[in-house]
Amino acid sequence: MMILSGDPPRSRVLTLLLVVIILALAATPFLFPGAKALNVAAKICVFAALVASYDLLLGYTGSVSFAHTMFYGIGSYAIAIALYGMGPNWAAVATGIVTGLPLAALLALAIGLFSLRVAAIFFAMITLAVASAFQVLASQLSWLTGGEDGRSFQLPELLRPGTVLISKNLFGFEVNGRILTFYLVFAISALMILALLRVVNSPFGRVLQAIRENRFRAEALGFRTVFHLTYANCLAALVAASAGILNALWLRYAGPDTSLSFSIMLDILLMVVIGGMGTIYGAIIGATIFILAQNYLQSLMGVASKAASEAGLPLLPGLLHPDRWLLWLGLLFIASVYFFPTGVVGRLRHGGGKKAAGASH
Amino acid sequence: MTDLAANDPLPKPKRDIAPVLLPIALALLMIPLIGSTSSWLTLTAASLAMGMMIFIMASGLTLVFGLMDVLNFGHGAFIAVGAYVATLVLAPFAASIQADSLWINLAVLAPAALLSMAVSGALGLIVERVLILPVYGQHLKQILMTTGGLIVAEQTLYALWGPQIIPMPLPASLRGSFILGDVAIAKYRVLAMLIGLAVFIAIQLVLNRTKLGLLIRAGVENREMVEALGYRIRRLFLGVFMTGSALAGLGGVMWALYREQVHASMSDDLTVLIFIVVIIGGLGSIGGCFIGAILVAMVANYGGFLVPKLALVSNILLMVAILMWRPRGLYAVTSR
Repeated sequence: MMILSGDPPRSRVLTLLLVVIILALAATPFLFPGAKALNVAAKICVFAALVASYDLLLGYTGSVSFAHTMFYGIGSYAIAIALYGMGPNWAAVATGIVTGLPLAALLALAIGLFSLRVAAIFFAMITLAVASAFQVLASQLSWLTGGEDGRSFQLPELLRPGTVLISKNLFGFEVNGRILTFYLVFAISALMILALLRVVNSPFGRVLQAIRENRFRAEALGFRTVFHLTYANCLAALVAASAGILNALWLRYAGPDTSLSFSIMLDILLMVVIGGMGTIYGAIIGATIFILAQNYLQSLMGVASKAASEAGLPLLPGLLHPDRWLLWLGLLFIASVYFFPTGVVGRLRHGGGKKAAGASH
Repeated sequence: MTDLAANDPLPKPKRDIAPVLLPIALALLMIPLIGSTSSWLTLTAASLAMGMMIFIMASGLTLVFGLMDVLNFGHGAFIAVGAYVATLVLAPFAASIQADSLWINLAVLAPAALLSMAVSGALGLIVERVLILPVYGQHLKQILMTTGGLIVAEQTLYALWGPQIIPMPLPASLRGSFILGDVAIAKYRVLAMLIGLAVFIAIQLVLNRTKLGLLIRAGVENREMVEALGYRIRRLFLGVFMTGSALAGLGGVMWALYREQVHASMSDDLTVLIFIVVIIGGLGSIGGCFIGAILVAMVANYGGFLVPKLALVSNILLMVAILMWRPRGLYAVTSR
């Protein structure tokens, strides 16, 4: 229980689900052959951590930020630019980390101090404006960021797929640099999620929930709400930037589509809401469901669209086209906010009967 | 506290003119920086026209927030829908659009704009009933729901019209510029300015001279009190929401003609812009929204001329500066 900070899943089905997901992720390189399965698993790990950090903001403090992908992008770009400019060595990785993380934290501090001070309602709008400005900036400064093409780079020797660490004839499996990278991503993501679990169950996390429920009252009790909110914002930004670093290391690439675009922001929102706001565990469930659906449902939509157009149905082929995948996502999003405001985790914990504590204002 | 005699007029609230002076001061300050008077006049006209269009789009959003504390992140969808609906009328009548007569052009443009407003307004009705009513009074869910609505609307537009950019040529008689000496002012910008000014005056008249406007202003200031007096503020709100959506649709048509193209992603870019305007103006204030729109357009135009590199972040800098000066926007009308 120590490792879960005294906040266990509190539902047998949920525990089982989490154990299955984590074991499946951990065993992916050996259970599911092929590059796609490994990519999906790595993406689930990265997004679970990213979504958990967003949950700290949305679920625990009740503030909607649209700048979370910006921090994610800062992490991605920091490591990509460092490795691109300095060559594939560990010094470059370290440079990326020591520039990316403080930059993200400082920016979060600035946004927090500025927008959380004036009025809480401005926060969502201001983060949206800042994030969109940052996105334009990243695509304009092409000498630094590679513009729309982004930056591809090489990893240090140890993490390359060609590096064989344990040869095949020892266990029947080959462990190469790619698999080592996967476990690096897996382990760091898991550590970050556990750390976030620790944060939300600390006295600091309790104050955040108090602010979510009634900011005025929390302030009257003597808590400096702006300090707490800004601190939470910086913590979330740090984790998001770290997730961005992991993502860039895994993809060996950072570009606007994979690390900055607004659609990633929507994906994160959706994962938090589906998984369950204010639970941290919801991040793991939400990311798993969403990314599995994204990778395997889209091809299903293509088949359905083809069938509909062959059957001569009007409109349906257009609506079912794989590119329109966001349309169904949006509908799903509205439906889940409306019908399952507490998400999968809330449902499993409370059986859908009682109103869960995570319900927000 | 002085005593008032029975016949004395009621004490008037103090007029706060500092924000009004702001765009004027900014414009005057730019004369020496830009150097040539003719380019200054052209830029100023351009910013006024752009500001009016942004104002038309943003006015609904600010009233909706002020009146009902509803933050509609999907407001941009109405803009895109309006622009797309206008193509339905403008495409079949392409010949009359290219005819070189102002009246024939307007005879096609006006129905197109009206249809856009009607469709956007009707969509507003649906959005209010389906998306906003169930989560009434819950900010977080409102933001989530309306963001979802924006995605669905945008993707539906893609599904119906396809992902390509649709050209939307300006009518022949609105092309070109009025030339006064060495100053060139595009004809369409003059029209945009006139429409924007008309909308602003109409809104001000309704708000300040009618009973409906009195109720809306009272509702912005204190909703419970208006309800306690027996007025059905929900219905009032629905009306304001639909009007705001219709105006966003009109703004969408004007913006599409200004850019001479239609694309569903226009809602994303404009959403950010109108949010900045609404924040600068002070949530719920029409006057603030008007000044905010002009300021944003001025910064975009002057900034784009003087330091093109800075144009990207100039709006953010403007917002930061204004909020440092007045943390709740130029005119803080709501107590929230």
